[in-house]
Amino acid sequence: MNATTLPRARDAGLIGCHVCGMVCRAVSGDAVVACPRCGSTLHARKPASYARTWALLIAALLMYIPANVLPIMRTASLGDVDDNTILSGIVELWVKGSPGLAVIVFCASIMVPTLKFLALGTLLITSRRGSAWARRQRTQLYRAVELIGYWSMLDVFVVALLTALVRFGLFSLVEPLPGVVFFGLTVVLTMLASMCFDPRLIWDGQEDSDE
Amino acid sequence: MDARLLPRAHDAAPTLLICEHCDAVYARRPLARGEVAECARCGAVLERGRGMSIDTLLALIVTALLVFVQATVWPIVTLGLNGQHVAATLWDVVHMMWLDHSQVVAVIAGMTLYVFPLAKILILGWLLVFARQGTRAPGFRFLMVTLRRIGPWTMSEVFVLGALVSIVKAHLYFDVVADPGIYAYAALMFLITIFAGVDLTRLWDETRGEAAA
Repeated sequence: MNATTLPRARDAGLIGCHVCGMVCRAVSGDAVVACPRCGSTLHARKPASYARTWALLIAALLMYIPANVLPIMRTASLGDVDDNTILSGIVELWVKGSPGLAVIVFCASIMVPTLKFLALGTLLITSRRGSAWARRQRTQLYRAVELIGYWSMLDVFVVALLTALVRFGLFSLVEPLPGVVFFGLTVVLTMLASMCFDPRLIWDGQEDSDE
Repeated sequence: MDARLLPRAHDAAPTLLICEHCDAVYARRPLARGEVAECARCGAVLERGRGMSIDTLLALIVTALLVFVQATVWPIVTLGLNGQHVAATLWDVVHMMWLDHSQVVAVIAGMTLYVFPLAKILILGWLLVFARQGTRAPGFRFLMVTLRRIGPWTMSEVFVLGALVSIVKAHLYFDVVADPGIYAYAALMFLITIFAGVDLTRLWDETRGEAAA
């Protein structure tokens, strides 16, 4: 089985519906055509994929800076006030609580977003250049980004749950601080960015330069 | 709009498959139970063979609904200090974030933990009730599209892990009691994992004709 010579929908004049998978015949021109089965608009490629993905990725990156610099949570107990950033929260968990859980939070809050930025950036640049390098692996990278991206919301839920639990009745208080809002937005924006990227762009460009 | 589709009619199952990730075209062939068609070029899953029957799926969805109601109604965790106790439900979580100047987080949490998961369960239940007879529920097209759109935005399983982290953190200062809500959430997480392996596009092929609204 020669995987590189498989027919491509675009060359065969076909479009697969993004939403329901229906196979439709492409029409020439700029006419907007809806999928006959599910009614969604048909695109050979996601519209303005590069521009949208870049825009959302850069917006996410801008949000990611205050998300890390600003504290995300304030713990106040009998006059003792303690502000935690994402990183200091992980350190606290490591030192006082359980190192295993600290590793999980580190992966979800620091590693996953960072890798997501790097991965999407790499995909955008290499696809734009029509690179034939590791196409299959790059597609797998995209799937990995889609699969694990939303786990970054972990820290946001932790702050929300602790805020709801720890109230004045316990002579202490947990408050969310602006960092957590920026972090939540970062996660949402990176999710939108990866949805706007069209992995088929990885396979466009010079066709026969594969190994 | 004229019919620009392959093969002949709206209702017929497509005889071709196009890979979502690399645009490769394949002739579709029937899959045995549990079989998965993978793209030879990029490795994406093209289609999964029918695993469970519609009845089984419906039973699981009803279970999921019951478990989801438990998970949202019951408190998740109780904290205690010097004989005082505070418990929180999912609603408290969303409500407190709203009051504490983090409305953005409140909206994200409310949507991903409450609105979208509930919508997903109710829509699937509705579609499956009709699919048992091989018919399409009223609003089938719209609901199938909605289901697909909200798919990535349900985060109950992340919340379970978040609750675990919260318990460990709170345990440094308080007595922590896990409440029924967290067990319901764990069960929900298990059900979500089962549904992750179900290919719902089969509903397009297995049902005919939209029922009158």
